[in-house]
Amino acid sequence: MKMINIKINDMPLQVMEGTTILEASKQVGLKIPTLCHMNLKDFGIVNQSASCRVCMVEVEGRPALAPSCSELCTEGMVIRTDNLRAISARRTAVELLLSNHPFDCLLCPKNLECDLQALAQDLGIRDIRYAGEKMNYQKDTSSYALVKDPNKCVMCRRCETMCNTVQTCGILSAVNRGFDVFVGPAFNLDMVDTSCTFCGQCVAVCPTAALTEVNNTDAVWEALNNPKKHVVVQVAPAVRVAIGELFNMDAGTITTGKLVSSLRSLHFDAIFDTDFGADLTIMEEASELIHRIQNGGTLPMLTSCCPAWVKFFEHQFPDMLDIPSTCKSPQIMMGAVIKTYYAEKMNLKPEDIVVVSVMPCLAKKAEAARPELTKDNNNNVDLVLTTRELGLMLKEAGINFAGLPDSDFDHLLGESTGASVIFGTTGGVIEAAVRTAYDWITGETLEKVDFQQLRGLEGIRSATVKVGDLNLRIGIAHGLGNARKLLEDIKAGISQFDAIEIMACPGGCIGGGGQPYHHGDMEIIKKRQAAIYAEDRGKVLRKSHDNPYIKQLYEEFLGTPNSHKAHDLLHTHYIPKEKI
Amino acid sequence: MTTQRTHIMVCGGTGCVSAESLQIVELFKEKLSGVGYADEVAVIKTGCFGFCGQGPIVKIHPDNVFYVKVTLDDVEEIVNEHIIKGRTVGRLLYKEPETQKPLPKHDEMSFYKKQYRIALRNCGLINPEDINEYIAFGGYEALGKAVTEYTPERVIDIVKASGLRGRGGGGFPTGLKWELTRKPVADQKYVICNADEGDPGAFMDRSILEGDPHSVLEAMAIAGYAIGASEGIIYIRAEYPLAIKRLETAIGQAKEYGLLGKQIFGSSFNFDISIKLGAGAFVCGEETALIHSVEGNRGEPTKKPPYPSIEGYNGKPTNVNNVETFANVPPILIKGAEWFSSIGTEKSKGTKVFALAGKVNNVGLVEVPMGTTLREIIYDIGGGIIGGRAFKAVQTGGPSGGVITVADLDTPIDYESLKSIGSMMGSGGMIVMDEDDCMVNIAKFYLEFTQDESCGKCTPCRLGTKRMYEILDRITQGEGTMADIDKLRTLGKSIKDSALCGLGQTAPNPVLSTLEYFYDEYLAHIKEKRCPAGSCKALAKYKVIEEKCIGCTACARVCPVNCISGAPKQKHVIDEAACIACGACFTACKFQAILRP
Repeated sequence: MKMINIKINDMPLQVMEGTTILEASKQVGLKIPTLCHMNLKDFGIVNQSASCRVCMVEVEGRPALAPSCSELCTEGMVIRTDNLRAISARRTAVELLLSNHPFDCLLCPKNLECDLQALAQDLGIRDIRYAGEKMNYQKDTSSYALVKDPNKCVMCRRCETMCNTVQTCGILSAVNRGFDVFVGPAFNLDMVDTSCTFCGQCVAVCPTAALTEVNNTDAVWEALNNPKKHVVVQVAPAVRVAIGELFNMDAGTITTGKLVSSLRSLHFDAIFDTDFGADLTIMEEASELIHRIQNGGTLPMLTSCCPAWVKFFEHQFPDMLDIPSTCKSPQIMMGAVIKTYYAEKMNLKPEDIVVVSVMPCLAKKAEAARPELTKDNNNNVDLVLTTRELGLMLKEAGINFAGLPDSDFDHLLGESTGASVIFGTTGGVIEAAVRTAYDWITGETLEKVDFQQLRGLEGIRSATVKVGDLNLRIGIAHGLGNARKLLEDIKAGISQFDAIEIMACPGGCIGGGGQPYHHGDMEIIKKRQAAIYAEDRGKVLRKSHDNPYIKQLYEEFLGTPNSHKAHDLLHTHYIPKEKI
Repeated sequence: MTTQRTHIMVCGGTGCVSAESLQIVELFKEKLSGVGYADEVAVIKTGCFGFCGQGPIVKIHPDNVFYVKVTLDDVEEIVNEHIIKGRTVGRLLYKEPETQKPLPKHDEMSFYKKQYRIALRNCGLINPEDINEYIAFGGYEALGKAVTEYTPERVIDIVKASGLRGRGGGGFPTGLKWELTRKPVADQKYVICNADEGDPGAFMDRSILEGDPHSVLEAMAIAGYAIGASEGIIYIRAEYPLAIKRLETAIGQAKEYGLLGKQIFGSSFNFDISIKLGAGAFVCGEETALIHSVEGNRGEPTKKPPYPSIEGYNGKPTNVNNVETFANVPPILIKGAEWFSSIGTEKSKGTKVFALAGKVNNVGLVEVPMGTTLREIIYDIGGGIIGGRAFKAVQTGGPSGGVITVADLDTPIDYESLKSIGSMMGSGGMIVMDEDDCMVNIAKFYLEFTQDESCGKCTPCRLGTKRMYEILDRITQGEGTMADIDKLRTLGKSIKDSALCGLGQTAPNPVLSTLEYFYDEYLAHIKEKRCPAGSCKALAKYKVIEEKCIGCTACARVCPVNCISGAPKQKHVIDEAACIACGACFTACKFQAILRP
């Protein structure tokens, strides 16, 4: 790689060809403020719209300033990042953005998490010289998952990059011109009327509160304080490796025990683990896979635990609805079991039970509301909180999360295996399925349960796993753009697989749209992934079918995997949808 | 081919068409057959003559008589008098504004005398819907020469040596652009013609496409040969239906003649042209935005580099030139680089077409050699200011340019000189303003335009121009403060420094240049709450000068909002609250008894 000589603020330095001024400045310890810029390294996700004009620097010999985020260094370039000209241009850009921003920071869901707020603070803005008309658009609260408030949009276009380039959904794009421009769906449709999958990746990267989640905390407080309701909570695997971040704990800290204690402090009547639902999913899904392989059924079989992915293929591949597994997701299986098996055991009426899920995800909110995932007009899951919302409730209740002792999930639906924990990362579901399928197909006991070939963070991965005489061809994709590529290859006959795992979010659930904001630091996602695998290693039981309470559930209630009753409670169907 | 003794050329440009020139063509044909002259006299629909303020224009050949403002009612008289009896219809001749002398021949008119037509050479001369007429005037000779006699490098060298620069506004050397697009190795390259003309008042590109579409097709093919492209795309706004129709006709004819398509002139060079319609966004004149729009994406600019010459349409090397630029290319190849570079100034060669508009007597399209002064254009060609009022300023470069005052009227126009006096060439809009034009209001008008046309992508353009507009609006309402002047200056500077594309970077120019040259007008609005030009409605306060009013009631009778009261032979009074400052009373009063603001 060719090296280039440049000068930044009189400091000479050498950088590699292809380095931006922003990156070069970092090398000499300078932090140039940015807003629209986003570079999620290792995930190949870059937003380089160069639209906010906050990172402007002076390049000698140029008539105008240059955006450091996207301008590449060239030989002999002389750059000034610190003179009045550059500083006042940046300040003007931020002042202009603020002049068109509602000043409701104290009431804003992104208060203290907002990049624009932080920028205004860093730049010491105390006065906005250019007051004037502000945008006045309606909030879009049409969906169960996310809220779009165009009045807080700064046109950074990060959401568009996620929605269009990464997820290939194409819902969000700039509408109108000039001052009237905002980001939204075509034809001013409500989000709920589009093919939005509610993956929430737009929310995960939005620098302000233009895109946030639907807040269910009030409804959960209501339920908890209603003496007639028996409120059961379940927690997804990826939550336990991320929620600590909201309480100043290091990224990647495993907080399972504290999490359970915190939920107990909130007075939930029972605290269960979605991991149990994941073990149950494996029982059903592995059986379905084996059945398909042994009976010449449709292959490949696609996992169906990610609701954003489910909605994606309903819209984008409505002619392929026979490939995904018919299994409900772990969250919904849990809900179904709580309102039947658990209700029977506890002698409770299903309508008196409120199932609350804590999920790393926004799509889970929309999933819980799907009409086909109800039984007798009673939702399998009633209320979904994101990791962030649970954090808010704990703070509101004054619970010192980091200082809590560890405790265990409640019995019956609280025990889980290592196989279910890894559902939280890309590659985990399929690895869990293989651990069980191996034992069931070969009749042997798999000793080495770590399938390194299925792990990692590449967008599309494939591996062949030897299961007895069978070569199980496995595909893995995370990010819906990667999923689309994989599916199109299958459609075109280029790729052939027996089983495919797909997760909508980059990294899987650990990078979900409901997780603590990563603010562009993808090391956080990697640390969460490492924590997931560490949690798995620490478990005594590593295979779903070894979970004694799962066995008990089948013995006492469901019969066998894929039985009539299991089908009735734990399986679903898919509905072809239009692409809008 | 039949030979006719007389050709009646009727302008078929958009301006004249909107004044029923197509019906005039039909009526001529009808009247001529009525008198049995249908075979003897041809009626030809041509492109624009450029003298749009005088349209519809009818020119009779070979008599070289130029009739102006012809209506359907005049057709019979022209046939009876001119065609049958050979007598010129004097009342339809153009009269010089100053001398009022009727002039039958166009080359005697000062409007045409100082013009030098290269880009507009065939406009008004040939039938744009007949490729044979283009060929008869030397059309496609340049393309033939290029592909059969020259190497692509030689073509580029000639264009480079000619000194031709981009006529769309930027003034980038055309030959160099071709060379930069030729260099990269790629399986496909593209030539794009930028016909997204959007400057308020500018219509030279439309006129060229309507009047001489083949010149652009020929030049695009030459460019394709030079850079190694086999595909050309004309990006044209959908609101130019006539130009689109004529382009479609021209492309069809050129294909039929083998001048587009495979193995052109028996060579191995293949070239095809398609048309892509744009929705008429001003920003799509910016080449990266244009390319995104052609690709079917939202028309908004992206950062450069990568330049289109490396990574353009579909990620392939793409050469984008403007219509007028292309129209100059065939004559350069025929007459040579030296001929072209002998015209113009040191750094700006050839001619430039301007759309002369505003408070000038002769409105229309004028093509003059670079180096012509503004005074020559406005006073000689334009015939001076309407009604003999005082010249105040001229805006060049449209919303990206600035105002030029009387002090700089003798500046020879070229890319550099206009820049040095705070304006720019732009695509050639030239709007003349007189003492009745308020410069704050003019700046506001342009800011409103850029704000409307901004794609909204970058902060300075989306919000900065909005805030500047709001400040200007306050000033014209009499609510401005002196702090607003500082804000305009600092905002203007920041926007120029940090907007993403040319549209934003030049948007503050009309404000900054009026602030420089007409600071007093700003002060009058802010400090005295007065609009010196009397055009800002909120500040315009018309008054009756009591001692001069004789109570003739003329003012009260013309007032459209009936805000003037007073009995006959009594002093009249204007209700300032109801007055809309239209100025009708001022014009109606024969006793100078109305005080203009």
